[in-house]
Amino acid sequence: MSEGTLYDKVWDEHTVTTLPTGQTQLFVGLHLIHEVTSPQAFGMLQERDLDVAYPELTHATVDHIVPTGDRSRPFENDAAERMMEELEENVRDAGIEFDDPTTGNQGIVHVIGPEQGITTPGKTIVCGDSHTATHGAFGAVAFGIGTSQIRDVLATQCIAMEKQKVRRIEVEGELGPGVEAKDVILEIIRRLGTDGGVGHVYEYGGEAIESLGMEGRMSICNMSIEGGARAGYVNPDETTYEWLAETDAYADDPEKFERHKEYWESIRSDDDAEYDDVVTIDASELEPVVTWGTTPGQGIGITDPIPDPEEMESGDADVARRAQDHMRVEPGETMAGYDIDVAFLGSCTNARLPDLRAAANVVEGREVDDDVRAFVVPGSQRVKAAAEAEGLDEVFKEAGFDWRDAGCSMCLGMNDDQLQGDEACASSSNRNFIGRQGSKDGRTVLMNPRMVAAAAITGEVTDVRDLKGVTLA
Amino acid sequence: MSDIEDGPADTVEEVTGTGIPVRGNDIDTDQIIPARFMKVVTFDGLGEYAFFDQRFDDEDEEKDHPFNEDRYQGANVLVVNSNFGCGSSREHAPQALMRWGIDAIVGESFAEIFAGNCLALGIPTLTADHESINALQQWVDDHPEEELHVDVVRETIEYGSNELDATVDKAQHKALVEGVWDTTALMEANAAATRDVAESLPYVESESLPRAETDD
Repeated sequence: MSEGTLYDKVWDEHTVTTLPTGQTQLFVGLHLIHEVTSPQAFGMLQERDLDVAYPELTHATVDHIVPTGDRSRPFENDAAERMMEELEENVRDAGIEFDDPTTGNQGIVHVIGPEQGITTPGKTIVCGDSHTATHGAFGAVAFGIGTSQIRDVLATQCIAMEKQKVRRIEVEGELGPGVEAKDVILEIIRRLGTDGGVGHVYEYGGEAIESLGMEGRMSICNMSIEGGARAGYVNPDETTYEWLAETDAYADDPEKFERHKEYWESIRSDDDAEYDDVVTIDASELEPVVTWGTTPGQGIGITDPIPDPEEMESGDADVARRAQDHMRVEPGETMAGYDIDVAFLGSCTNARLPDLRAAANVVEGREVDDDVRAFVVPGSQRVKAAAEAEGLDEVFKEAGFDWRDAGCSMCLGMNDDQLQGDEACASSSNRNFIGRQGSKDGRTVLMNPRMVAAAAITGEVTDVRDLKGVTLA
Repeated sequence: MSDIEDGPADTVEEVTGTGIPVRGNDIDTDQIIPARFMKVVTFDGLGEYAFFDQRFDDEDEEKDHPFNEDRYQGANVLVVNSNFGCGSSREHAPQALMRWGIDAIVGESFAEIFAGNCLALGIPTLTADHESINALQQWVDDHPEEELHVDVVRETIEYGSNELDATVDKAQHKALVEGVWDTTALMEANAAATRDVAESLPYVESESLPRAETDD
């Protein structure tokens, strides 16, 4: 059993009681909702004649179905319009704050929480979205929940859950040039497996993690679920506090900041904290990672050969064979040179300002390959505005990228941004599942934002470190 | 089916019925229910979209998939391999399976959010080792018309002349066997204690607390 970790402390602080099931009733400090997984929960609440218990601790946005092109109302897609209206009605009735596109604060739910300062250390955060672990970058204990649990949280501001084990993932050393947070998490998932984290919370630490900015930490925590861990976090430190001090929540209230900071400091894992297990990874050994298959665990370094299913255990081998068949790749080859039809720079994993800056640096003065359709979907309206203030939109547009409005977009293909037929996509998102990007024959290659930019330019998976004139620091 | 999600929870001590095997590790929620079928504001009618892209080609012609096979129509015990339900938190996935007719799932392992969503719907998820699951899938394959008996209380699966020892997560076992899986009702009863915790947290401002005192 773990002891003295951030997870243990936050768990204790938020425990209401033990339920007859043996589960803990845990108080939820922040409930984020969006249009896809919440309407049924509000419906269940109405059927039971229950009100939203703590509307002030719930925050809504629209991201999954919202168009990234023409956003005039009513939306062209009737189903999308219906979902939007349903959310508008639900938040209005319940008195929940809603960042709709007219506010300038709309964006992917895991981008807007941190940028407004409502994602804070030591808070329990839930959302009907598996990438909620993103908020763990701030030292929050954050995890995805299903719709019946959304009902629970709306009705009681609590969740019923069993305490999990804590695995410390120590990433030692320094990342090499062109190697990013995304590569670290893809490597972690490759090593520990897509189900290696089931029953665990991941605590990410070590020099390579601590030297990352908040956006990099978010990219790592974001994909915890891809490794089976429902939550992942980084202990808060000066980097975290510097970010928070500038947010809406604290910029004008230094007294509140100091008061809350005391709590944030108190929930950091103790130096002598005990973990259920510890895994160590050497950051200096990593190179840019790309996926060759159809699970996020099927990744390799850009110069490494695609593994041979014959050398795997039977279950993994079956999955690998099907994946290689779908992706049309052969063992022994590298992924470099794999033809790309689409380049997607977006998602809650990699669509924040530094991601766009890094990609823009790669495309500046270059042109998107003739056979590639490339587009950028900023993570939020604020990210978009900040990027435009720096002229990044012009860099992308001049190179031939589409510059869109904020949303989940082609990460999951719920709006009109979808792969067609068997298109192959260089994607900065988090899942390469078959059908994930909107076409069941579509092929997704996950990679970091610079690598997406490089693939857009060359029309094939490319080691960005080989492109001339790119700043990789 | 609506009584399952709306009404007070009943016990789920056992599930009896014919089986259906869906083989393969890492079957994700995008396969169970593709995102494009989630542009809905209720869960009604999701059953017909279960495994849709695995079941139908571009022309909507049926492909080889157990959910399409006549011999498995009416089955209610799904038998799967490892890490079933990985990926997104969408409750639409177990909802689609439930509305197709699945009442219990037996497998090597389940993704956590998926298993939690199943529990919220009163669908037990039992686990057993790789060899046992393979044998069970083979038996179901060979005996699609024969019933198996999933005993949640005893954590066993009886099929043919066999009895397989399975595992039900402790909290799930208690919740289903004692009929206490309606977590909303359980937690609502502790409203005053909830408020106490809220007030004790340094980051919860007093104006964020419910305006009226809650009853306990």
